[in-house]
Amino acid sequence: MAIKVGMEVSVAIGEAVKLANADVVAAYPITPQTHIVEHLAELVADGELDAAYIPVESEHSAMSACLGSAAAGARTFTATAGQGLELMHEVLYIASSMRLPVVMTVANRALSSPLSVWGDHSDVMAVRDTGWIQIFAENGQEVVDNVFCAFRIGEDNKVLLPVMVHLDGFHLSHVIEPIVLPEQSAVDKFLPAHRYPLALHPDKPVTMGDFAPPIIYPEAKWAQEVNLRASKDVIRKTWKEFGKAFGRYYSPVESYKSEEAKVLLLTMGSFSETAMTVIDKLRGEGKKVGLIRLRLWRPFPFEEFRQAVKDAETLIVVDRALSFGGPGGPVCSEVRSVLYGEAKKPKVVSFVAGLGGRDITPAGFETIINRGIQIAQKGSPNEFEIFGVRD
Amino acid sequence: MAKSEGELTWRDLEIGAIVTEPGNAAQYKTGDWRSQRPNYDFTKCIKCALCQIFCPEGCIHKNGDGYFEADMFYCKGCGICARECPTMVINMVEEEE
Repeated sequence: MAIKVGMEVSVAIGEAVKLANADVVAAYPITPQTHIVEHLAELVADGELDAAYIPVESEHSAMSACLGSAAAGARTFTATAGQGLELMHEVLYIASSMRLPVVMTVANRALSSPLSVWGDHSDVMAVRDTGWIQIFAENGQEVVDNVFCAFRIGEDNKVLLPVMVHLDGFHLSHVIEPIVLPEQSAVDKFLPAHRYPLALHPDKPVTMGDFAPPIIYPEAKWAQEVNLRASKDVIRKTWKEFGKAFGRYYSPVESYKSEEAKVLLLTMGSFSETAMTVIDKLRGEGKKVGLIRLRLWRPFPFEEFRQAVKDAETLIVVDRALSFGGPGGPVCSEVRSVLYGEAKKPKVVSFVAGLGGRDITPAGFETIINRGIQIAQKGSPNEFEIFGVRD
Repeated sequence: MAKSEGELTWRDLEIGAIVTEPGNAAQYKTGDWRSQRPNYDFTKCIKCALCQIFCPEGCIHKNGDGYFEADMFYCKGCGICARECPTMVINMVEEEE
């Protein structure tokens, strides 16, 4: 019987990877992700997880080792954060292009300099276009659940893609939460052993990541794009089946008290929980305010998103990353682009907040919402506003 | 391969554009990279096979008379064979095809 226990989220992720029967973990420790791989190293050393743990000299090597492992058909896991994710950058494209279902949790962290180990989404946004499926979790339970889902989605023969599960550094990675870890038998049933269809084997040699002259490269890239877009159906189906099996349901776009909301706030990750308490308060005051949370970042859930925001007058997007010299936060830029062609759409207001681990308090969200409404009505001379920076 | 590379659509590719036919690089005509070709004077040849050993393309083979000659389907015209030949059998000439 699955029981609820108080556990650090990073440790719970390690336990989830164990329950998922990972064959290989290749990782390099980096704050705030360290406890995940530290716990996995312990599990392997103690003989609790029958996996190869490959200590590597860098994140570039970690992801490279993951490619080899996944290519051989092994269930492969790694984790990283911030600078580590950036050091992996070029290899991330190779994982998705070679269609290798590696699963990676990313404890989202700000980028240097100045050096910050604390959380924001700068690291994720820099790897947005690497072709990975990307899921943003709001709390520890959601990270754990999505580790199972990530393996099943990635390994689905219709998908065969690597999956990142994002959790906010410290705000999620280091908190102790009540977590339900499912029974081994239930996980085994949900996530049976997988056989990669073209795995490396001496009896049936294949070439992966081969040379593609201009005559074939665009075909290869388009096939990859079509496949990533089509993965959304499998993602939805997997979440549905996970819900049936474990009682917790997930969807690409989450709406909270958005019925008849004139103003919608859009967040990603753990700050959505703070935002919900603010929405509760404002609803209590009779204000028609709701929350939209993007759980699925890649492939972008176009239909679900348009459907979720179509009746609102104002959409206030809170980004936790800067697109230097650009039109606003990266999420907001995308949202504006997604809505541009719609006949009926909300006014989109862009805020950047919570950089480098700076908290956004409930009062802060309230200020953002009020200022957002003001901008929607009266306009702003700026493409976006930064929240909470001392002037 | 049923279709040539230029006829393959994105739907025809294996997952991840993986190549499932081992050794199909042999179908790749590297000979059309060539700007110079080796010209032989076999009367000087001592059949030492140094040209074959040094050829980075591995495309030099013995012909029917036991002399070493490059397969022009693959020869890129690098001239290493000409440089290494101890008896100066090989002379690189401009490719005019």
